[in-house]
Amino acid sequence: MKIVYPKEEVCMACRLCEVACITEHSKSKDTLKAYKKENPAPLSRTLVEEIFPGLSVSVMCRHCSDAPCIEACFTSAMHRLALSEVEGKPDGRVIVNEPKCVGCWMCIMACPFGVIKRNQYIGEGQGDNPLNPPLLRGKGKGQEIKVKLSSKCDLCPDRSIPACVEACPNKALVHEERN
Amino acid sequence: MLYKTPTYYEFKVERDDERCIRCQVCVRQCSYNSTFYNAEEDRIFNIDANCVGCHRCDTYCPTDCITIKRVGENFKENANWNSWAIRNINKQANTGGILLTGMGSDRPHRIYWDHIVVDASQVTNPSIDPLREPMELKTYLGRKPDSIEIETLTRPHPNPLPKGEGVRGKGRGSEGITLKTKLAPQIELNIPIMFSAMSYGAINFNVCEALAMAAEKMGTYYNTGEGGLHKNLYKYGKNTIVQVASGRFGVHLDYLGVSAAVEIKIGQGAKPGIGGHLPGEKVTEEVSKTRMIPVGSDALSPAPHHDIYSIEDLRQLIYALKEATNYEKPVSVKIAAVHNAAAIASGIVRAGADIVALDGIRGSTGAAPVMIRDSVGIPTELALAQVDQRLRDEGIRNWASIVVAGGIRNSADVVKAIALGADAVYIATSALVAIGCTVCQKCYLGKCAWGITTNDPYLARRQNPELAAEKLVNLLTAWSREIKEMLGGMGLNAIESLRGNRERLRGMGLSDRELKILGLKHAGEGM
Ligand code: SF4
Ligand code: SF4
Ligand code: SF4
Ligand code: SF4
Ligand code: SF4
Repeated sequence: MKIVYPKEEVCMACRLCEVACITEHSKSKDTLKAYKKENPAPLSRTLVEEIFPGLSVSVMCRHCSDAPCIEACFTSAMHRLALSEVEGKPDGRVIVNEPKCVGCWMCIMACPFGVIKRNQYIGEGQGDNPLNPPLLRGKGKGQEIKVKLSSKCDLCPDRSIPACVEACPNKALVHEERN
Repeated sequence: MLYKTPTYYEFKVERDDERCIRCQVCVRQCSYNSTFYNAEEDRIFNIDANCVGCHRCDTYCPTDCITIKRVGENFKENANWNSWAIRNINKQANTGGILLTGMGSDRPHRIYWDHIVVDASQVTNPSIDPLREPMELKTYLGRKPDSIEIETLTRPHPNPLPKGEGVRGKGRGSEGITLKTKLAPQIELNIPIMFSAMSYGAINFNVCEALAMAAEKMGTYYNTGEGGLHKNLYKYGKNTIVQVASGRFGVHLDYLGVSAAVEIKIGQGAKPGIGGHLPGEKVTEEVSKTRMIPVGSDALSPAPHHDIYSIEDLRQLIYALKEATNYEKPVSVKIAAVHNAAAIASGIVRAGADIVALDGIRGSTGAAPVMIRDSVGIPTELALAQVDQRLRDEGIRNWASIVVAGGIRNSADVVKAIALGADAVYIATSALVAIGCTVCQKCYLGKCAWGITTNDPYLARRQNPELAAEKLVNLLTAWSREIKEMLGGMGLNAIESLRGNRERLRGMGLSDRELKILGLKHAGEGM
């Protein structure tokens, strides 16, 4: 399947991939609002690792064929998509089903690439909303509660070219299939 | 500012704080320590005195919230003591040093290209549509014979003619024509535009590779400059012109052997009469290997070639190089356009050069003293017209091709240069601008924020060779389309027909003397 591959030899550590990922995963899909207004603030699912001088690489989920995070997840929130939610075509990406995630961070422990992030924020409880993560169900409406969710690259389901790939000014990220 | 020798800063970086998302892209992109983030205030600030106006930060700001403004031009108005004069003195009073700069001269020397207009066909001769009819831009550089002998062969022939030997038609009785004269070595250009000498060291490996890739793709050549040729670029040898300069850096048999042509650099338009200086800090491991000098040592190329003090000496070097390359490669000699360029060029051609390259006062460099860059030499247009005329008058124009450099900014400049007598042009600044250079003129600092004139690995990675090559290919493709349109407009279907065809040019707003030097009529004068 097509995933995003970084080319570290031409990554220039600008971190525009992170800005793009944040924008893409915001409610508004608007950079200014994503950074300045939205609460919870959207997280970037890629992280530019820098070793100075002159080495940087943007790392995000490899969507491993034998994904250890899926094996580690006891609520099956972390799962492999069989069919694309948008196009209905066979998929294979590893994604988090947020309503099932309890924030135990087992996937984070298991991921050999360290690309799963903790998404923690104080938000309003939704009462009995079934879309709430199990640990938060039933928590009072309007009450400020701590939400804990795993967050990782979902290969931008709403786009044909992932946001980070399109935003990278130096073509240091490529979206392709490799064996 | 505090604790700093007073300098009059040139730029002010303004940031729309309402739009700034503190992503710090600008902070990371600025290589001149002008931009920084203050965590306590959660805000981005600038030290304006450090800004060189390279526009790296605003180009990459994802919210377009940066504006770079020119300031400090509002000294008390004075035509004589303008900000240029004041700033220069201020810098020298602070440092006691020679004023250094990069790129080509920014002084308002007359740009003759902008005073030349091109002809077009109307009624009496038809123009040609390059989209419908073939249009030839192919150019061969090298010595052309004074006369040619051809042999006409009629079949049946004892030995069948080898393929591609000029046989028109097939079968019995068809006539074949072969060239009996042995031609001097030529290099074949699909477009009459080559990338001018830029040395590895002055520009980094990624940029060298991009130039090489683009030259290969477009069927033209790039020039190594005097910095030698990195082993990894040998594979582009057939599109490489290698330079032999006064420092002889990186010159050895493989270097000559792998190339398509060899160029002896006598001078350079940006700094005629002086040598080069690559500071030790830029001599990294790889540069050192390629240049064959110790790591960290200054690479000083002397002002003259210490073995060339006359045309006769030059002849020796030309023939030494021809000998070393088996007489298989054209040898070019590059000079800066100076007052006596025409006579010098004649000497160069008589000394055996196959190509003469002329580099004018607006030619660029990685580093040169301001005073020399801006005041020494003559505009390339004038030198070109004079050299072409002189070689014609002496009946030796066909002995060598002329390549002109130093201030070609667009395809119209190329067309005008060719009509003025050039066989091809060299571009360097235009090529760098295509890959991001904003002509901030700070190349000599080695911190180019666009990753071009720097060997700092952190900055050099900003040039992805593939992406840069793509831009260069786009530029040359666009120019060649425009050149074809202009040729078609003149009713010509080959660049060959325009070469030295000054009748298709007219001067505008030039004095009689300038017109005479350029060999042009004034606009309004008929054929
Ligand atoms: S946008 Fe591209 S160049 Fe910039 S940090 Fe990300 S991967 Fe590297
Ligand atoms: S593919 Fe999409 S989700 Fe994954 S890192 Fe890139 S922008 Fe983020
Ligand atoms: S790049 Fe633009 S948005 Fe980002 S910190 Fe700089 S000024 Fe602000
Ligand atoms: S990146 Fe260039 S334009 Fe921007 S602040 Fe730095 S020096 Fe000035
Ligand atoms: S090469 Fe770099 S330093 Fe030199 S003028 Fe261009 S942008 Fe400025």
